[in-house]
Amino acid sequence: MTTAFIERSNRALADRNLKLAIDRTTGTARTKRAAAVAAWPQFESARDLGRDIKDHVTANLAHYLSEFERNAIASGAHVHWARTAQEACDIVIGICRAEDARSVTRAKSMLGEEIGLPHAMADAGIERVETDLAEHIVQLAGDTPSHIVWPALHKTREQVRELFLAHHTDPGALATVEAMVSSARRQLRQKFMAADIGISGANFLVADTGSICTVTNEGNAELTTTPPRVHIVTAGIEKLVPSTAHAMSLLRLLVRSATGAELTQYTTFHCGPKRVGDADGPEAFHIVLVDNGRTKMLTEGLAEMLRCLRCGACLNHCVVYRQIGGHAYGGTYPGPMGAVLTPVLDGLPIAQDLPKACTLNGLCEEVCPVKIPLPAMLRGWRERAWRDGLEPQTIRNGLGLWRFMVVRPGLYRLATRIALPAIRLFARRGWIRSMPLAGGWTRHRDLPAPAARSFMDQIRSQGR
Amino acid sequence: MPISAKNAPRVGLFVTCLVDSMRPSIGFAAIALLEAAGCVVEIPRAQTCCGQPALNSGDTAGATEVAKHTIALLEGYDHVVIPSGSCAGTIRVHYPELFPAGSPWHARAVALAARTFELLSYLADIQRFQPQGVALQARATYHDSCSGLRELGIKAQPRKLLAKVEGLAITEMDGAETCCGFGGTFCVKYPAISNAITEEKTANIKASGAELLLGGDLGCLMNMAGKLHREGSPVRAFHAAEVLAGMADGPAIGEVA
Repeated sequence: MTTAFIERSNRALADRNLKLAIDRTTGTARTKRAAAVAAWPQFESARDLGRDIKDHVTANLAHYLSEFERNAIASGAHVHWARTAQEACDIVIGICRAEDARSVTRAKSMLGEEIGLPHAMADAGIERVETDLAEHIVQLAGDTPSHIVWPALHKTREQVRELFLAHHTDPGALATVEAMVSSARRQLRQKFMAADIGISGANFLVADTGSICTVTNEGNAELTTTPPRVHIVTAGIEKLVPSTAHAMSLLRLLVRSATGAELTQYTTFHCGPKRVGDADGPEAFHIVLVDNGRTKMLTEGLAEMLRCLRCGACLNHCVVYRQIGGHAYGGTYPGPMGAVLTPVLDGLPIAQDLPKACTLNGLCEEVCPVKIPLPAMLRGWRERAWRDGLEPQTIRNGLGLWRFMVVRPGLYRLATRIALPAIRLFARRGWIRSMPLAGGWTRHRDLPAPAARSFMDQIRSQGR
Repeated sequence: MPISAKNAPRVGLFVTCLVDSMRPSIGFAAIALLEAAGCVVEIPRAQTCCGQPALNSGDTAGATEVAKHTIALLEGYDHVVIPSGSCAGTIRVHYPELFPAGSPWHARAVALAARTFELLSYLADIQRFQPQGVALQARATYHDSCSGLRELGIKAQPRKLLAKVEGLAITEMDGAETCCGFGGTFCVKYPAISNAITEEKTANIKASGAELLLGGDLGCLMNMAGKLHREGSPVRAFHAAEVLAGMADGPAIGEVA
């Protein structure tokens, strides 16, 4: 059955440029991560610590949320609560309107993508300027991110050059990557200084200080959040950590797992608005805490997914992601972590292919810095899809018949005795090139002919 | 140290449904190796399939029914040995997950899991077996199947055993630990994605310069061998047990005797 997911993945598989772009970026990421992990003898115990920190917060979520709120308000921030994506967007748009904002800069935030903030801002007629270089590319192309760390991973440098030539006011020749970066910098610099509001996400919400932490390699988060009058933070409630020390422990895991670096170029803790005597900073500081399905995950056996640091290591190492890229997944988050999250966000009927399009090879769990049991969680979604009757009837019938025989060895033996010679009729010199009902296999590979007599039949003849 | 007949373990050999139908020689190789290692080998007659197709499709009730059949069949042996990492992983890791903790079936599943082993790791780790007098002049490369590698920690054992085969050279391919794209029902549900993964695998196999592809899981081997054959590659595929039992002078996977 050809589903929308299969159509999208077929398009992706046919795109050789995409494959090249995925290989370049994820290949480098895998190599650098491996080197970073090899150079860190305590990596395993750091993973255990990271897991324990996140699980502790999840188990005491209400406590840390109220501690964070209390301290954030004490620092002069306004704290808003959003149960849904819609509520979160309404709060952000409301602040923009109240501040009479014309131009809003935004630092990359997957939570912002998750809640549909770019759309909501367009609908509200507010100019949105993406300041992360990759998000800038995605915005110029009218596109969506295809990776949670490198949103424009699907674009080759040649495609980026064309985009910049078409959209930048002063692109120059753009002969090199450096020239492209400079052109983007010229294009964005004036926007940074003219913006009324800057919106960022948060990598961590620090409960005991009420501060929020952003990490970038471009410094765009600082330029987005410092010059404008107002800084709005949108963050999922799972970003909480008890203290700055805990944030630092998780940062070491996050950055090494994402890029292989020890730390990002820019790591900033933002604490409230500009105070008396501060040289710069926003006059107003808003924090929008977003649930959007997270508390539901707690009660539906998906609590471990709330550990996720959004490092992207599971994407970079996933054999399926590496072939089809991020857009084929059809949700905000691709790869293994996306295959767990998208059914929560978009519903299992729409997203049911995602947990199934996985070989369960286990590498994602092996590289996850907080030991999320991704394969087990994907199995959980498969069980749910089966229980909910989402599996096609043909497959249910086939598996039902198979099961009926598997627990009846006499019948199973008889069926084997009939099937093996029948299947062998399709073989030529040991191989089957095509056979009815076997197209899934033989479209791309040959099938070795089965045995003339099964092992168990041969054993019986030998009297063992 | 030779094991005396008196304390020789009684081993139940579960050959897997794929070996039963597709390649019985792996089952016979397993018998030969286990006997050479001093085991008393029995073949439980009512064995069929471990239930992975149901388990991986989310059909928990179906998987549980099959698991009960298999547990009852195998629990009387000292050890249960399986020439497949993914089927051994199903019994060792996933059977206990199918039953509520504290239930009688859970206890039986846990007891069976503790006595169940994948063939190559059983020979190397439990029996400290070393093949003797086996020779094969060939360059081979070894694919680490995912379940065996990540659920059971099988990596060094097959290489240690194969190192004792005279004349056999193992050339490691790039990405030996990367999934081959088989994934059980995945490969027929998402054939185009599976194929793209397998193409990268076969490219690495060919680039290794090996004449033989070896592995410990027939499903993965059929997938890679089937792709290599479609691509016209001369690389031949065997289960490592066939090589260790001195049976690699016969037809490789897909070859006619």
